[in-house]
Amino acid sequence: MYKNSAKAWLYLLPALIFLSVFMIYPLFDVMIYSVEEGYNSASQTYFGVGAYNYRYVLRDPYFLQAVKNTFILVIITVPVSTGVALLISLGLNSIQKLRDLFQTIFFLPYVTNTLAVGLVFMILFKKTPYSDGFINLIINAFGGSTIDFIEGPYWAKMFVMCFYTVWVVMPFKILILTSALASVDKDLYKAAKVDGATSFRIFRKITLPMISPMIFYLIITGFIGAFKAYSDEVAIFGTNLNAAGMNTIVGYVYDMLYGDSGGYPSYASAAALILFAIVLTITCINLLASRKTTIS
Amino acid sequence: MKIVLEHLTKRYPNRNKKIGGFVVAVDDFNFEIPDGQLIGLLGPSGCGKSTTLNMICGLETPTEGKIYFGDDDVTELPPEKRGVGMVFQSYALYPHLTVRQNIMFPLENLKGAQKLTKEEMERRAQEAAEMVQIERLMDNKPSEMSGGQQQRVAIARALVKRPRVLLLDEPLSNLDARLRLQTREEIRRIQQETKITTVFVTHDQEEAMSISDMIVVMSAGVFQQMGKPQDVYDHPKNLFVAKFLGTPAINVFDGTIRDGKLYLGDDAVMNAGGVEDQDVYVGIRPEGFILDDDGPMHCGLNRVEVMGRDTTVVSTHPSAQSDMIRVIIPSESRTAALENTVNFSLKPFKVHLFDKETEEAIPFLSE
Repeated sequence: MYKNSAKAWLYLLPALIFLSVFMIYPLFDVMIYSVEEGYNSASQTYFGVGAYNYRYVLRDPYFLQAVKNTFILVIITVPVSTGVALLISLGLNSIQKLRDLFQTIFFLPYVTNTLAVGLVFMILFKKTPYSDGFINLIINAFGGSTIDFIEGPYWAKMFVMCFYTVWVVMPFKILILTSALASVDKDLYKAAKVDGATSFRIFRKITLPMISPMIFYLIITGFIGAFKAYSDEVAIFGTNLNAAGMNTIVGYVYDMLYGDSGGYPSYASAAALILFAIVLTITCINLLASRKTTIS
Repeated sequence: MKIVLEHLTKRYPNRNKKIGGFVVAVDDFNFEIPDGQLIGLLGPSGCGKSTTLNMICGLETPTEGKIYFGDDDVTELPPEKRGVGMVFQSYALYPHLTVRQNIMFPLENLKGAQKLTKEEMERRAQEAAEMVQIERLMDNKPSEMSGGQQQRVAIARALVKRPRVLLLDEPLSNLDARLRLQTREEIRRIQQETKITTVFVTHDQEEAMSISDMIVVMSAGVFQQMGKPQDVYDHPKNLFVAKFLGTPAINVFDGTIRDGKLYLGDDAVMNAGGVEDQDVYVGIRPEGFILDDDGPMHCGLNRVEVMGRDTTVVSTHPSAQSDMIRVIIPSESRTAALENTVNFSLKPFKVHLFDKETEEAIPFLSE
């Protein structure tokens, strides 16, 4: 028995070493940084230990803006992308002709280079000396006035941001949901039809419960992914996100470390841990909610 | 509720587009299922029996022909308006719902004047559950139940709407041998209690014969024969039906009719009056042989299998179509002395003659 468990630990060792070096040690290191006041990475010195870093970060207007942006992004994009992906998957599931073609088209963003995608969005939204962008052409055609989506009002920028995020995460969700829908036993639908259920009732009482584990999976990973948003913002609004007012929490952490205003690992650590706490809380709530729904 | 099928035909476009054309799954069915009976639709896999059941159910629309329930033409009606209950081969229970919710599901779908109160639904569900004896499992999920119990839930769900017609698609195929025996008796009991016209599909002839009032034998989309199980067994209309019914299967020989006698090889084994001289297929049921030292049928003995109740003599005959013929005789028979050869005489009513061309049965007089 003992011999066996020794063997088991031996097999686990490589994974454990990597995990401790690249995950556990940095995590503790970040926790330590976050409570060291006035830490200087060059001289490796600090004045004292306390909650000052957290107080600073929580009062920093840039951080508060980043939190606001991140929350808006999360609250809008997760439900919208999951809902639209579900609609598209249902559509894909019920058509026969051209299904493969549509599936490929919907999956394209997943395999497309971020820079190419950024370029497409620039053509769609960005004002250049030559054009106001494709979307503005449409708005103008319907008699509206030009909106600057990249450097204009906050809501316009947020719209572009949400639109982009939804579009980028859609393929993965469609992929997961179409396979979840396809795995529902077809006999259940036949039985429900014989039992006289309307298509809406079949969807609500059979399809939805059968794929609900996958929907919860997508919501949880969607939340986590949206909280970690950063690179997409840079792709659209450039590196100076604070100036654009479009920074996210991860962007704030990055700026505190390496940005123009950077060099403050303690502030960055504190902000990162606050994000960690937020994501952990929300994931726990999600898990509790999903457990409750599956039981009832 | 009697069910009438009139020229019922189902054609599917051929899946291989290069060949094109159509596959005929069900070809011009005409028969009437009497009210309140249990009917077994019997045939080998792919013979169109499930397609027929689905058309009666309304899940598939016929290419041609009509379906009547009583005097109502239901051909164009969707399943929910036909008043049918269906039990699927996979049971198709809703896995996320409890037994009670599964059984109540069809009732919750009722609309308009048929709408029931919650109490009425509960009462009807309870009634259906008691009918199949699962009332103690009402709060279980399907995954917590055995195959036999799931089957009962599926039957209860089909019965709860009080359908005019109950349809079962291979109801026993997912059960183990012992449960199968038990469940088929259960299906028989439920059918007799409810008196609902019931059609079930099976490829297992024993299953069909044991509980059906009538069986319908089909092959490759073509109706073969319908009748009481024993009648069909005793008077098969053609070689296919004769071969398909009965275990062990009927022994088939190449024979000749000459001067009112049936010859197997050079041996005249039986009288066959009223038949013109011709070559025929001869089907002899395993139980149609009598061990008889002076019998006209000379077979090479292969082995004797003692089964307790009866004994199987496996032997060879030059005219037989299969390598071995199987003969079942009572176990009291004296088989110990058998060596190398064995002689039989025949029971004429267990012998069937079939035309070489059409494979249709040929009537004959054995006296």
